[in-house]
This record gives sequence, C-alpha cells and structure tokens, in this order.
Amino acid sequence: MTDMPALSGVPRRPLRHRLAERGVDWSLLLLAPAVAVIAALFLYPFIYGISISFQPQSGGGAFANYRNFFSDSYEAGSILKTLRLALPVALVSVGLAAPLAYQCRRDFRGRKMITLVVMLPITFGSILIAQGMPRVFSPYGWGNLLLKDIGLGPADLLYNYWGTFIAAVLTTLPLAFLMMMGFFGGIDRSLEHAAATLGAGRAARFRRIILPLAAPGILTAFMLALVESFAIFPSAILVGQPDNQTHVLTIPIYQAASQNSDYTQASAIAIVLTAIELLILGLVVFVRGRLFKGPATGGRG
Amino acid sequence: MATTMTDVNLRKPSVGFETLSLRGVTRAYGKNPPALRDFDLELGRGDFVALLGPSGCGKSTALACLAGLQPLTRGSIWRDGTRIDSQPTEKRGFGMVFQNYALFPHLSVQKNVEFGLTMRRVPRAERRERALAALRTVQLEEHSGKLPSQLSGGQQQRVAIARALAIEPEVVLMDEPLSNLDAALRIEMRTEIKRIYQERGLTVLYVTHDQEEALSLATRLVVLRKGRLEQTGTPQEVYTNPASAYVAGFMGYRNLFPAVCRESGPGREVKVTAFGTSVTGMLIAGTALGAGTDVTVAIRPEDLIIGTAADPDAIEAVAEVVEFHGRELSVQARTAAGGVLHLKTDQPVVAGSNLALTARPERVLVYQGGLDRSELEVEAGAR
Repeated sequence: MTDMPALSGVPRRPLRHRLAERGVDWSLLLLAPAVAVIAALFLYPFIYGISISFQPQSGGGAFANYRNFFSDSYEAGSILKTLRLALPVALVSVGLAAPLAYQCRRDFRGRKMITLVVMLPITFGSILIAQGMPRVFSPYGWGNLLLKDIGLGPADLLYNYWGTFIAAVLTTLPLAFLMMMGFFGGIDRSLEHAAATLGAGRAARFRRIILPLAAPGILTAFMLALVESFAIFPSAILVGQPDNQTHVLTIPIYQAASQNSDYTQASAIAIVLTAIELLILGLVVFVRGRLFKGPATGGRG
Repeated sequence: MATTMTDVNLRKPSVGFETLSLRGVTRAYGKNPPALRDFDLELGRGDFVALLGPSGCGKSTALACLAGLQPLTRGSIWRDGTRIDSQPTEKRGFGMVFQNYALFPHLSVQKNVEFGLTMRRVPRAERRERALAALRTVQLEEHSGKLPSQLSGGQQQRVAIARALAIEPEVVLMDEPLSNLDAALRIEMRTEIKRIYQERGLTVLYVTHDQEEALSLATRLVVLRKGRLEQTGTPQEVYTNPASAYVAGFMGYRNLFPAVCRESGPGREVKVTAFGTSVTGMLIAGTALGAGTDVTVAIRPEDLIIGTAADPDAIEAVAEVVEFHGRELSVQARTAAGGVLHLKTDQPVVAGSNLALTARPERVLVYQGGLDRSELEVEAGAR
C-alpha cells in the first residue's frame, strides 16, 4: 500500500487509519512504562559510561583509559581468563541441561522433583551458592570425601578456577534448562513417532529431528549462559582465585571503581567487556539465523 | 530390498507376511478403564481394514500398539509366526500416516520422503529416484524442493503418504489421515488413497470416525465401542446389517429412537410402540422379545416415506427445518409426541408442513435395549 495521491475529490484517509495499517495505535502506550524504565536505568547510564570512558580522570587523551588497560598485561589478561571461564561454563551448562530438558518434555515419575531441584539454584543467587560450596568441596567437605572414596580425590576444587567454574555452572544451568524446556516442548511428539516408523532409532531421531529443531533454542540458551557467566563476580572472589586464575573482567572493573575511585577507567573496562560479549553474541545470532526457525510441528495439529 | 538404479517405478512390496494379527491386545493408561480391551484383529496381505468408531473408542490406540508407539498392557502381536510386540517401532517397518501429517518441518519435501530410505542406508542416487517416484505417485514431483510449510494441507498430506510409501512398507497404517482437510479435499484424497492402494497392492489399516470414508475405502470394517470390538465384516455386511443400534448409528441410521415392544413374530417381525403409534420392524439381535421390552429403533432418513394421513400406523410429524440438498430435501420433523425424525424426500415439503411418515418393515431395524446417543459423538479433530 503506497500513499494515495491527494487527488481532488478523493479525501485523504484519516491519519488514524494510515497509522493503524502500520500497527500503530493507542495500545502501544502500554509499552511506555517499560521503555521509560529502560531508558532511565539502562540506556542513559550506558551512554554516560561510554562517554566518561573517553574522559580519563588522570588525563592523557581520550583513549588513555583503554591504553592503560590493554598495556597492563595482568589487567588485559583478564579478557582471556573471562573467556576461558565463560565459554566452558556455557558449554557445560547447556550440555547438561539439554538432555534434562529433552526428557522433561514428557511426563514420567519424578519429573516435577527433578525440575524443582534443577531450578532451585535460581532462587539462591550466586552468593548463597558460593557460601555453601566449601562445605561440599573443601578437602574435608562431603563432596571431596566422596571423590576420595571412589578414588578420584581429594581434588582441589576451591579457591581456584574450578571453584568458580562449579559455582557458575550451578547458576547458569537452571537458566539454560528453563530456556530449552520451552524449545524442546514445542517439538511435536508425532515427529519423533514418524521418524521411528521410518526406521530411525533413538540416536538418529535425536540427531536428525530433535537436534536441528531444537538448535535455535540450544543456541539461545548458550547465549544466556554465556552472558550470565561473563558477568560473574561474587563467586570469582568467594570461591575463586581473584588475583590470578579467576581474575575475570569484572574484577578490574570493581577495583578501578571502588578501590581507585576511577569511574572513567572502570567504564572503559566495562565497555571492553560489553564489546567482547556483543561480538560473541553477534556470532551466535548469525549462526542461529542460518538454522531452520519455523514452528516445530508436523503440519496441522 | 535389493533394487537396481534403473528401476525407478515403485514396486509392490516384495517380501512379506501373510497375516498380521493382534491377539487379546489390551492397553490401559494408568488407572483409567482400558482404552483397548482384549482386541483381536487379523490383517491379511492386501486387506484394507478400517477401524471405525467415535473419539475414545480405542481405534487410534490399536494403531499405535501395532506401530509400536505404545506398549501393550496385555496381549501379543504376530507377524505370521513371529511375535513382534516387543520390537521397537523402527524395526517393524510399517509405514504410517499421521492425522497431523507429522512432516519434518526443517527438511524439504524431497528429504522428507527420502528420510526412511536414508535410515535404510540406500545410496544417494537411488534414494533420490525412489523419492521422486513416490512423489510422482501423489503428483507432487514439482514441489520436491519446497519446505512442508510452503504446501497446502492437502499437499502436505500427500507428502506424508509419499513418505510412508517410499520405504515400500509391508503395511501402511493411517491414523485419521483426512480429518484435518476440508470436505471437498477429503473426498478427493479419499479417492487418491484408494487409487494408490489398488495400484500398489498395499495392505492398509485405516483409522477413522467417518463412516463414509470407512465404507468407501475398506475391504473390511471393524467397528469399535469403548475399547472393544463391536462388529466386523465387509462394508456391505456392516452397512446393511448393523449388529447393534450403536453400529447402526454409525452406518447412517440417523433416526435412532427408543420404543417399547408390543408383539413379536412371526419370524423376525416385531411390532413396537413409538411416538404413540405402532411401527413394524425387523428384530436384528436377540431372540423373540416379550411385550413391554425396551428396544431401540433404527431407520435411515432415506427410508422414511411420506405417506397419507389415512394410514393409521403413520407417525404424525411437522416439518421443522427443510434443507435443500440438490436432488432431494433433507427434512427435520418433530413428531406429535415431541421426538425428532430426519428424512429425505423429493416431495415438496416446506417448514410447517404436516407429514404422515411410514417405513417399510424390512427397513426398520429393532434392537433390544436402549442406546446412549452420546456414545456416537465425535469430537472435532480428536483422535
């Protein structure tokens, strides 16, 4: 529909109708509160943060904060440490949650219990988890004693990379699970039945039907887990080794802001973190865009 | 299943069975009454058997059990001398067509049809040829590159049929394949299915709640009621001699009403009282009835005749709704006693006309006992 020429005798259609054709009407006002909150609490601070990151407190030109960060190999090394933590955490979370979500589509005895237990960490928050971990993973914690009993321990699972890794998996797994349950649940059961009648065994059904149809969901869950673990902070300090193995990006940000009171430097590092995150997310979104995205149903239902 | 690359025509199933039998198959979900109870069925090679019944009669359950999609609670399934009920679905090799088509939405039409062949590790080139041949059977060759969502409902259903046929299955199981299509397409696809059945010499087990579909397609009809077998026979047998009022209800006896027996005999003739008048009919099941026994009377709309008011045994009724059906009128009439009758007539009837209705005794079926009409209900789109 192109705009009608304003011919004499043909009255121009009312503005309201023309807007309605583009889906604009008064009900859009419902968006206003959310947009206002996002603008005030996220957009403004974000833009402010970008701008002050280029106005270093100690002078030295617009890029001084960035130069400081990247020239200090210890601080700049936190980028790699963050990636080394966040990527495996996201992979493991999704890897563990995927079979769970797959099975939880159908009802079986104990399904609600399993769902509840998996979801519980969401309600705890990462600090509570980090607080509880020493009881399990310290050299005399029951988890470590158990490992010792089966000949795998005692393992050094606290106050290093692994401490933070475990804590991060515990917090991201429920999110990944929740996300994927929706996606797996949307896959019509009759597709699997059809595949079975055509000779596909369990493994083939999973690989050729479930996996391709769930892939967008798996990638979305992966992104969510990644974003979660990118911003990991309490557990990097409480059960990690914040000055070495788990010196992740959030720590120099915290140090710059709180210990050195240099908000411009903190902002600069936060922008670096955001940029890396966006880069990875962009990559995942690109991959996801190439997958089948239609409804996972077999026709009319 | 050896085949040469030049042989692109779909061949008749080469290997196979003589009979496939379900023996005493029972399937219960939890603590509910079994959906299917002690069900016996023999499926001979080349048969087209229709399982007919309303929602919840167990017909889809029977199909799912045979396909291996549901475990049996009791009973066994045999392919000739081999027991197959513990075999997983993928080992049974039955083609299946689902009510919602169950096409793989992420695969092209071609890949959908090839799927079963891929699973059987048929080489790529041959796979392609055979899939195209199957698509040719359903006249969809030119759509092979599309995704299922780009096709219409009828086309999707034809792809589903092609996909089931491509593996050259011993048996094709069809679960209400036409119930999601509109009326015109349903009739077209029905003919299509029959044509393919005849051409390919298939063995088909077909689940439906539609008597017309069952009658027009099947070589043998199996009517189910609450998980049990109610009647089986050729379409002609079941159509002309429904064993119970329930089956009659499915076979187009739209007028099913309660009556009381007045006198029985001679032979199978019975006189009953209904709508305050005397109706003479034939006793179908049961032996000579005593006067006063409750019975159910079944009459097809086309067997009710508009007679003259002079006939003392005519049922008096007033035409309520008159529908024009082309060659004839379909009339809903209300009797003086308040009952509803349906009839078809080529006489000029208008709403409000007074009618005196009669039927020839041999066209009036009388069954002992009552009937709960809700048993005949079919939920829209339900399995």
